[in-house]
Amino acid sequence: MAVAPSLRPALAVAMVALTMEACLAADAQSSAYRVEGDGIVSPLTSSAGDPARGRALMAGRDAANCVLCHSIPDPAIRDAGDIGPALLGVANRLTVPQLRLRVVDMRQVNPRSIMPSYYRTEGLVLVAQAYQGKPILTAQQVEDVVAYLSTLR
Amino acid sequence: MRIGILLLALLAGNTFAQTPAIPASELRSGVSFGSAELRAMQSDDFANPGMLWVERGQKLWQTPVGSAGRACASCHSDASLALKGVAARYPVVNASDRRVIDLEARINACRTSQQKAPALAAESEDLLALTAFVAHQSRGMPLAVSISDSARAFFDQGRDFYYARHGQMDLSCADCHEHNWGRKLLAETISQGHPNAYPAYRLEWQSLGSLARRIRACLFGIRAQMLASDDPQLTALELFLAWRADGLPVEAPGVRR
Ligand code: HEC
Ligand code: HEC
Ligand code: HEC
Repeated sequence: MAVAPSLRPALAVAMVALTMEACLAADAQSSAYRVEGDGIVSPLTSSAGDPARGRALMAGRDAANCVLCHSIPDPAIRDAGDIGPALLGVANRLTVPQLRLRVVDMRQVNPRSIMPSYYRTEGLVLVAQAYQGKPILTAQQVEDVVAYLSTLR
Repeated sequence: MRIGILLLALLAGNTFAQTPAIPASELRSGVSFGSAELRAMQSDDFANPGMLWVERGQKLWQTPVGSAGRACASCHSDASLALKGVAARYPVVNASDRRVIDLEARINACRTSQQKAPALAAESEDLLALTAFVAHQSRGMPLAVSISDSARAFFDQGRDFYYARHGQMDLSCADCHEHNWGRKLLAETISQGHPNAYPAYRLEWQSLGSLARRIRACLFGIRAQMLASDDPQLTALELFLAWRADGLPVEAPGVRR
């Protein structure tokens, strides 16, 4: 497993530990992925993400609902929360692998983050029956969201 | 691995504090995050829809029910005297069976053991009305629950639940109500999450609802398992909420979005 040498040692150790967990606990619903540095280089699916579907997911109340916490540059969206940073320009700040890790599991970047992990099923407590064993987004949906995020320059 | 444990210890650190995370000087009732219209609606008894339940509760208070043929008023002679300040001290540990009970459970205990009438269902109009009526007698009085002696274990349980992350969203109550109050979640400003307005009239419900119902709305939002109104874990959580709101005035029946 490659860890970027620029990372502070403590953070790197913590991340290796967390990454191992992610790989070991992978199940049929959220399959294994590989964290390199602070990103996930390989897409989770073989079919490429679709930015239009990603945009719809991010604004949809029942799907990703990212607008609970983030504004996105889309005139069709009236209400958006401000708990997380505005996502306009996020593709200038972060690479695609970095974006992918942040959507998959922000807690690996910042364990205290309020942002939910969208592609994680292990370590969850008292999950409502209907959602047990399922990540919030499927692998394809993660790729769609990442595809849309990468257009936000 | 050791780093991980260290991190966990640091994260858990604040949960063992003995003073509320939000100091008394920064405590704010949920109503202060609402619009001017909402605040006016709550403070005007003629505009506050919750007062309809208080009136209904007053009638129930005086009506004999059950095989004992007694009204609440038969034993608790003057409501404003007998009940003043009671809601501000709840939840409490019930002396007879050492369980933690909230106001709704206390009222139902009088229904079953004193009036010999069947218990009222959670969120039923009659239980909401009686609870609103009883709580209204404490309006303006500061919340002051006891967490000493036998209440301590329940308090600890409630605090642990409050700071633990739950549900598919993996969020704790504190993630929103302690670390992000004042910020916007979609179009709604997150308050400090205090219990002092309940039972409250929510415009979204178009009804009065209990604190338990409000907490379930939050659990639903994070896709967590529901807690039933009579689940001791839920009452323990209510006790913790009352303690962290210590000193805030009872507003019941409050008005919320
Ligand atoms: C409950 C609130 C919340 C939700 C819902 C949420 N986020 Fe976030 N997000 C945050 C916060 C807070 C941050 C700031 C980073 C941190 O917490 O460490 C953040 C950071 C980010 C970042 C990094 C931004 C930067 O400039 O570094 C991206 C990208 C992001 N979120 C994407 C998303 C996407 C996509 C979704 C929906 C699938 C989403 N977020 C849902 C709260 C949220
Ligand atoms: C994702 C953020 C979020 C989480 C997590 C959350 N809540 Fe809330 N809560 C809200 C929002 C939004 C409201 C409605 C606006 C307000 O009053 O804060 C609310 C309202 C409340 C209220 C009513 C406050 C009032 O004055 O009317 C209480 C009490 C409350 N929450 C308790 C809890 C408890 C207990 C938990 C943990 C089981 C919890 N919340 C978890 C977002 C959250
Ligand atoms: C037959 C007499 C009787 C009737 C009828 C009765 N109660 Fe009580 N109630 C009591 C007694 C005695 C206590 C104190 C019992 C205890 O501490 O266990 C009490 C306690 C209470 C308390 C808690 C007071 C405190 O200081 O903690 C409330 C609230 C209450 N009753 C409400 C009601 C309501 C509402 C009704 C009608 C639905 C009702 N009671 C009917 C006898 C009665």
